[in-house]
Amino acid sequence: MSAPTPTKAPVGSPVGERGGPELPRGPRKRSGAATAGRPHAVWALPGVLFFAFFAVVPMGLAFYLSFTSWDGLGDPTPVGLDNWRKLINDDRMVQSLWLTVLLTAASWVFQTVIALLLGVWAAGRQRNRAVLSAIFFVPFLLSSTAIALLFYALLDPNFGIIQQNILGSSSGAFLAIVFVGGWQFIPFHTLIYQGGARQIPEVLYQAAAIDGAGRYRQFFSITLPQLRHTVTTSTVLMVVGSLTYFETVLILTKGGPGTDTAILPYLMYEAGFKSYDFGYASAIASFLVLVATGLSLILVRLTGFGGMRSTREGM
Amino acid sequence: MESINGRSTSGQPTGAGPGRSAGGSLSGRAFSRRWVLGAGATTLLTTGLAACGSDDGPGGGGGTIDAFVYGDDAVKVQQTAVERFNKSAASKSAKGTVKLVKIPGADYTSKLRTAMGSPSAPDVLFNWGGGSIRAYQEAKQLIDLTDTIAGDPVLKSGFLPAVLAAGALGGRNYGIPMRGMQPVILFYNKSVFAEHKLQPPTTWAELQDINAKLKKAKITPFALGGADTWTELMWLEYLVDRIGGPEVFAKIQGGDASAWGDPAVLKAAETVKELIDDGAFGSKFSSVSYVNGGAPAVFAKGKAAMHLMGSWEYSTQLGKFPSFAKNNLGWCAFPTVEGGTGDVRNVVGNPTNYWSVNARTGNKDAAIAFLKDCASETYAKALVANGDIPTTSNAAKLLDASPNPEFAKFQYEMVEKAPAFTLSWDQAVDADIATPMLTEINKLFVGKSSPSEFVSALKELK
Repeated sequence: MSAPTPTKAPVGSPVGERGGPELPRGPRKRSGAATAGRPHAVWALPGVLFFAFFAVVPMGLAFYLSFTSWDGLGDPTPVGLDNWRKLINDDRMVQSLWLTVLLTAASWVFQTVIALLLGVWAAGRQRNRAVLSAIFFVPFLLSSTAIALLFYALLDPNFGIIQQNILGSSSGAFLAIVFVGGWQFIPFHTLIYQGGARQIPEVLYQAAAIDGAGRYRQFFSITLPQLRHTVTTSTVLMVVGSLTYFETVLILTKGGPGTDTAILPYLMYEAGFKSYDFGYASAIASFLVLVATGLSLILVRLTGFGGMRSTREGM
Repeated sequence: MESINGRSTSGQPTGAGPGRSAGGSLSGRAFSRRWVLGAGATTLLTTGLAACGSDDGPGGGGGTIDAFVYGDDAVKVQQTAVERFNKSAASKSAKGTVKLVKIPGADYTSKLRTAMGSPSAPDVLFNWGGGSIRAYQEAKQLIDLTDTIAGDPVLKSGFLPAVLAAGALGGRNYGIPMRGMQPVILFYNKSVFAEHKLQPPTTWAELQDINAKLKKAKITPFALGGADTWTELMWLEYLVDRIGGPEVFAKIQGGDASAWGDPAVLKAAETVKELIDDGAFGSKFSSVSYVNGGAPAVFAKGKAAMHLMGSWEYSTQLGKFPSFAKNNLGWCAFPTVEGGTGDVRNVVGNPTNYWSVNARTGNKDAAIAFLKDCASETYAKALVANGDIPTTSNAAKLLDASPNPEFAKFQYEMVEKAPAFTLSWDQAVDADIATPMLTEINKLFVGKSSPSEFVSALKELK
């Protein structure tokens, strides 16, 4: 959906709509080939309708519900800003928000470091690479629920492989969630980094080698800077993924011990489908939307990703 | 499959309902900010959509009525009853047949709630009585069965009065008992007790003495599946009853949140803390689960000597460790607490489960006729054969046919003689109070709050 909207040139306009400088994004002129044959806006209709029906409409409804009190039966009663006031004054919200931020940060560090290294490795030409990469990808193909249940069994204090009180201790439960999330999603980010690393021109490394740069120097001076946009892509996905992380928490810890892993999506679930306070649950959901949107906007701005500057300037 | 007979709080994962929301964020369309916007709401959306059924609703033409039931092992009794009813004369004269909709246990309450708020609501619904149906009753979605019961000799004399009353709201009946009784019982491992020359405790002092001896022998006194908070709840239910009597929780159940401030609640919480600090539940209980079979296995294998659990523990053990269940499983009442006012015969747990009728049903006659079958001897016999203890007045003479008559009679007498039967707290109060209450209980057990913090947090629940 980032495709530039085609200009609506009036019929019979002497100037065609191709190749002009009117593209809304991208300060650099694109070649004619990039825009040639761009389909009509109607083509986007199925996608737009799908998105509207399954995302925009429910989001609007959730926003509306956040100003009501509704237990799932009968009609919602408008209560003004009550739910939002409760949200601001709720001690659990503060803890939950902090846990969400912590989970996002920990997941980012854990997943990025491993996925980056694995991805760069997998982009190489080693003989066993294809086979191992395929194996590494397997966790991502499994359902989150199945993965969480599997780890739940593995972490059982009496019959699991690590017979410790992991899920029953605050830090243990938190780290378990970070680990299981990483186990599942690292393969996907590895794939992104592999693709990114593959696109780095070989000549850069050849030139570096001539200048006497070793493998580490090459990694930090060529690979990493060249992967800048890939890092942004992967980061946005990770951040938004972590913010909506839910089923692993539900299955592994149910927000416990106590409330020590009750991140925002879990709190929302509990308010909605355990307490049947759909108004408050919707307020949390709307808040989550605001946070996720804000964070991704900031990320895109900070990294200059929105400008789509090439990483290969000067080449 | 654990037969946790109708626990709404069994805490099984809810499966794939909301499952794909996080995965969905990885569908590769990350470049769109608008899509990112949607991500936050996706969880609510998917869960909401997943629950929307497409069945024909109540009164949806014809005479078929839908009955929602908790889909565990015990459901075969209801399945047989439905088949029998659909062929019966009662079904023909009411011009209706019943369709049983089995909903996997952990999803039951949320699915029922969503369905009751939609046009595809069930005509007949399984529930726990009390707080579990209060929201529906307040929304005028349930038929008041008080007069129906009073005017029908079969229903009126068919059930134990205490059980009928336990499911009532404000003195009015909205449900017909339809499953076995589920009192919470203190189970013990006979071989461990014999080996260490112990007798089941009748007082708290005896219990502490047993704990000390067991710990010396490096045996955990009590199995506890603390990953499921409702197992921890049982301890508080009994302690509050034994210390302050059933009146304490009765007040809370009646909507008086200040009753949490009763000294009995604080004393019970302190007793819990003593037990935990003393190692009575071992050091790993907070990550042990009941639902996945962890706690029952610890108990059956003799790593723990006792287990406070609902009567379904017997069928759970029979399924997983049959020889333990048959030879070494002992049971007794929860001991008295010195200085406490609660009668040792008082019982907590789920009296039974109930069928209630949706006020919007299109075929009330068929629904009532179906409910009457629950009072029949055939139905009670089917429950007994399944290892359950019916709450019907004719149950006593049927118990010899039970797979374990000794245990069956113990349970029946326990409930029959109980001066008070306190409904499980999480079923007795509304869901919006039960949920934070369970969270606070879990915090007390894992040491995240002190007994006095626990009490003050509960007093805030309104």
